[in-house]
Amino acid sequence: MMRLFEARFPGIPADDYVLGAFMLNDDAREHYEEIMSFPPFTVDIDRGRELWNTPLHDGKTYAQCLPNGGRMIAGNYPAYDPVAKRIVTFEMEINRCRVESGDAPYRYDDARTMGTLTAYARTLSDGMRMNIRVDGPEALAHYEAGRALYYRRIGQMNFSCANCHVDNAGKIMRMETISPAIGQATHFPVFRGGDKLYTLQARYTRCMKQVRAQPFPMGSETFNDLEYFHSYLSNGLPLKASVYRR
Amino acid sequence: MKAGHSGEEMKFLLVAFLWTCWALPLARADDVAAGRAIAQDQYKGNCLACHRMPGDPSAVTLANLGPVLKDIRSRYPDRAELRRRVWDASTFNPDTIMPPYGRHRILTEQEIDAVVDYIRGL
Ligand code: HEC
Ligand code: HEC
Repeated sequence: MMRLFEARFPGIPADDYVLGAFMLNDDAREHYEEIMSFPPFTVDIDRGRELWNTPLHDGKTYAQCLPNGGRMIAGNYPAYDPVAKRIVTFEMEINRCRVESGDAPYRYDDARTMGTLTAYARTLSDGMRMNIRVDGPEALAHYEAGRALYYRRIGQMNFSCANCHVDNAGKIMRMETISPAIGQATHFPVFRGGDKLYTLQARYTRCMKQVRAQPFPMGSETFNDLEYFHSYLSNGLPLKASVYRR
Repeated sequence: MKAGHSGEEMKFLLVAFLWTCWALPLARADDVAAGRAIAQDQYKGNCLACHRMPGDPSAVTLANLGPVLKDIRSRYPDRAELRRRVWDASTFNPDTIMPPYGRHRILTEQEIDAVVDYIRGL
C-alpha cells in the first residue's frame, strides 16, 4: 500500500503521513501548524491530565497500573492477548486498571471521560513508533477480520473504507481532501474544528454513518479488529496524540 | 382610496393571470429545479460530493472524485442510457464508487428522473 501512495504522492516522507490530508497541500499544512502552535483544546488536555493523576478507588494510579508507567506504550495497542484470546485496545487497558482498582469502567464512547483521559494519556507516547504485532494464527485471524471489514463495501452508499482511503486518497470529496489510510491511527483523539473530540473509533463511526451504514458499537470486537488492522498499516510511524483536524 | 384598492386587486389579478400563463410551460423548469435540489441535497443525491458542475453556479464544491459533469446532453444523446448510469453505475463499471441510486433505493424513480433532467441541462 505504501508503494501505491509513494507513487501517487511523490516526495512526501513517510513520517509526514501522520499529518493526514494536511500533508498534501502547503497551505493546509501551514493552517494546521498555526493551530497546533496554540491549540484551542489545551483545556481538554489539562482536564485529561487531571483525570490521569487522580488516584483510582484503591489509591493506585494509572501510571502504577500500566506497563512502563503508561509512557511510550500506546503504539503497542491494539495487541492480541493470547490468554483472553481477544484484541486489547489501549482504552481496554485503561478500563482494566479502573476495574482492578475497584472503579467502574468508562464507556468507550464517552468523550468526557474515556475521550478526555486518553487525549492526555496518549500524549505520553508521543514520538513512539507504531508497533503493532501480529504473531501466530490466532492474532492473524483478528487481523484478517479487520482487513476484510476494511475492504468490504457497506451501507446504502456501497463504499468500503478502502474505496475512499486507499483508492481515492488525495482526492477531494465535496470540500474535504481524503487522507491516506497509512498514518491515520497515529494521532488520535483528534479535535475536529479545534474543539470537538473524536476518538479513533468515533471517527470510524462517523465514516460509517456517512456511507449510511449501521456503525458497530464503539469498543465492540468488530471495531477492535478493525482498529488492529488499521493501526498495523501505520507501523513504524511516529505517534503524535491529540491533534487538530478540520 | 377606493380606486387605489381596486388597482391593487387588478394588479393581483394580472399577476395571477400571468402566473397561470407561465406556470404550464414552466412545469419542466420546476422539475429541473427539483432535480437540482436533489442533486445538491447531502441526504439525497449528494452528487456534489464527487462531481463539479461548472454549468450551474449554485453547485458549490471542490470535488474531484468523479468526472466534471458538463455537456451531458451532447455526450449522452440517449436519455435512457444516462438514466441507467444514475440508476446503477456499477453496470458500466463494476468497481465504481458512484452509489447505485436506483438499485439501493437511495432515490425514488421520480427523483432519478428529476436529477437526470437537471444534469441534461448542464
Ligand atoms: C465516502 C468516503 C469515505 C469512506 C467510505 C470512509 N471514509 Fe474515513 N474519511 C473520509 C473523509 C472525507 C474524512 C475526513 C478527511 C480526512 O481526514 O481524510 C475521513 C476521515 C477518516 C479518518 C480520520 C483521519 C484523520 O487523519 O483525522 C479515519 C481514521 C477514517 N476516516 C477511517 C475510516 C474507516 C475505518 C472507514 C471504513 C469504516 C472509512 N474511514 C470510510 C471519507 C471516507
Ligand atoms: C461517491 C462519488 C460519486 C457520487 C456521490 C456521484 N457520482 Fe457520478 N460518478 C462517479 C465516478 C467515479 C464516475 C466515473 C465513472 C464510474 O466510475 O462509474 C461517475 C460518473 C458519472 C456520470 C458519467 C459522467 C461522464 O462524464 O460520462 C454521470 C452522468 C454521473 N456520474 C452522475 C451523477 C449524479 C447525477 C450523481 C448524484 C445523483 C452522482 N453522479 C453522484 C462518482 C460519483
